[in-house]
Amino acid sequence: MTPFVARLDCPGSTSEKAGTSAACEGCPNQSVCASGAPKAPDPAIEGIRLKMASVKHKILVLSGKGGVGKSTFSANLAHALASDGTKEVAVLDVDICGPSIPKIMGLEGEQVHQSGSGWSPVYVEDNLAVMSVGFLLGSPDDAVIWRGPKKNGMIKQFLRDVDWGELDYLIVDTPPGTSDEHLSVVQYLSGAGIDGAVIITTPQEVSLQDVRKEIRFCQKVKLPIIGVVENMSGFVCPKCKNTSQIFPPTTGGAQRMCEDLSLPLLGQVPLDPRIGRNCDQGKSFLNEVPESPASMTYRTIIQSKTKTF
Amino acid sequence: MAEVPNDAPEHCPGSTSEKAGTSAACEGCPNQSVCASGAPKAPDPAIEGIRLKMASVKHKILVLSGKGGVGKSTFSANLAHALASDGTKEVAVLDVDICGPSIPKIMGLEGEQVHQSGSGWSPVYVEDNLAVMSVGFLLGSPDDAVIWRGPKKNGMIKQFLRDVDWGELDYLIVDTPPGTSDEHLSVVQYLSGAGIDGAVIITTPQEVSLQDVRKEIRFCQKVKLPIIGVVENMSGFVCPKCKNTSQIFPPTTGGAQRMCEDLSLPLLGQVPLDPRIGRNCDQGKSFLNEVPESPASMTYRTIIQSKTSTHLCAHKLFSDTGS
Repeated sequence: MTPFVARLDCPGSTSEKAGTSAACEGCPNQSVCASGAPKAPDPAIEGIRLKMASVKHKILVLSGKGGVGKSTFSANLAHALASDGTKEVAVLDVDICGPSIPKIMGLEGEQVHQSGSGWSPVYVEDNLAVMSVGFLLGSPDDAVIWRGPKKNGMIKQFLRDVDWGELDYLIVDTPPGTSDEHLSVVQYLSGAGIDGAVIITTPQEVSLQDVRKEIRFCQKVKLPIIGVVENMSGFVCPKCKNTSQIFPPTTGGAQRMCEDLSLPLLGQVPLDPRIGRNCDQGKSFLNEVPESPASMTYRTIIQSKTKTF
Repeated sequence: MAEVPNDAPEHCPGSTSEKAGTSAACEGCPNQSVCASGAPKAPDPAIEGIRLKMASVKHKILVLSGKGGVGKSTFSANLAHALASDGTKEVAVLDVDICGPSIPKIMGLEGEQVHQSGSGWSPVYVEDNLAVMSVGFLLGSPDDAVIWRGPKKNGMIKQFLRDVDWGELDYLIVDTPPGTSDEHLSVVQYLSGAGIDGAVIITTPQEVSLQDVRKEIRFCQKVKLPIIGVVENMSGFVCPKCKNTSQIFPPTTGGAQRMCEDLSLPLLGQVPLDPRIGRNCDQGKSFLNEVPESPASMTYRTIIQSKTSTHLCAHKLFSDTGS
């Protein structure tokens, strides 16, 4: 990985040229890199592999774009999977700067406790646990102003030190992008393995452009893609029932992108003001408004994939 | 600000701390000798270089949000077009969203390339008086992913600020990704010599957004960045058929209006949803120019014009006479 004060053309501290390339001249890390010290694999990876041995399925929820409904989908997926009382489900929120999961799952103000076996996650239901940096803040408005390395350290702790217990599903909610959080989750779970990623988008090309980058990321790190969910896919006026494409799919939306990239389109979820309202209130939209077209689409998506998971 | 290496022990004091390399926690850390040598504590010489470069830039404005997808890039582009509609003003947009650079598409500059000359990198021009720089111009294809950790992103941002040949500018608008992390800290740090006029904060009405936006506001307060005001996007949708208004993202806790009252910040405006905004962004056209009669356009123009002729917090911002 790139040390924190490295130059732009740093070969990377685990590269064969670490400490010896032309770019290394004058770098404060040169002697450390040349000594071979950073090349050893992070011992945490093995620790995490052991910890994750009791977790049957690990699913990442990703998007290159912000604000498309990753956390909303993660929470709804978790509630849906946990509606089967025989399943143990957990959500890990690795959005360190903008942790939305505590609010969306009605867990604001909850605190994390430490015991001999690690950190205890916070339970929504008996069989639904959550961990987020949001639980470590004094107030929900406190900002976490951290650079990449400190965020990586937190993610390592979440994966290594949380006492998840036996889990059928661990859903990992992520921030937008292809940076520290994403690389760290994939790296730290490289021993344990990830079943795959669900990619979230909205219909417009500005979103799809970022989402294609996320798909490239998955391909580069060899992360299987379970499929793509298109949120905000049309709005039906509650008064006259006219459908408006508020975020117009000017280039064919997720459907066209999935055809082009040979990826499964899991579903297209329409806009529904009750989604945002329930998120704000920390309630499960699927439980509160089961008859909404958006709920029905979510349930179809989840049921079709539960067999695949 | 403390820098904690990713291989640092749990109680790392931070590489810029007085105890860097010498505290009890440093024993055994691979960076111990580097930190003890004092190497990371010296101020980055780039800050002075950037200060000199920015001497020809009258006003620098950051567009921020803790939340993604609220319309930061959309606002940045519209603001730039509006300011550049005055042909006597020189305007530029710097896109520091390294992983998800939207500005090239939104401003119709996809496929453009950056050129280097003796005086640095040349930005890409939308109009004679409107320039843009983005990592998007450095990619082989718009779908290429930039999979970089923080330090490499920071290096790119430093180059953008130090090496781009902006020339004389009246306004430099800096579009950012969501969050309070590397990009935001780096922009503030690298411009610490040059100064930033202030930040425009973008949100949408729902509490899940406001919660992240309050964190961004805390960030601004911590780094002493003045806040010009808050813009609430996606503030209602008028059905084109029956004209009924729906709050698609309901302001369950009072929206930006309540937040601004609570935090004593100016609410610059509430921009309604309009499908033509997204359409024009996708097509790289200026929504303000294409659909000037839309309520959203009128709100944007009101926001921008109100800040063009008034003082704000002792900063002469968007003023015709400059500072």
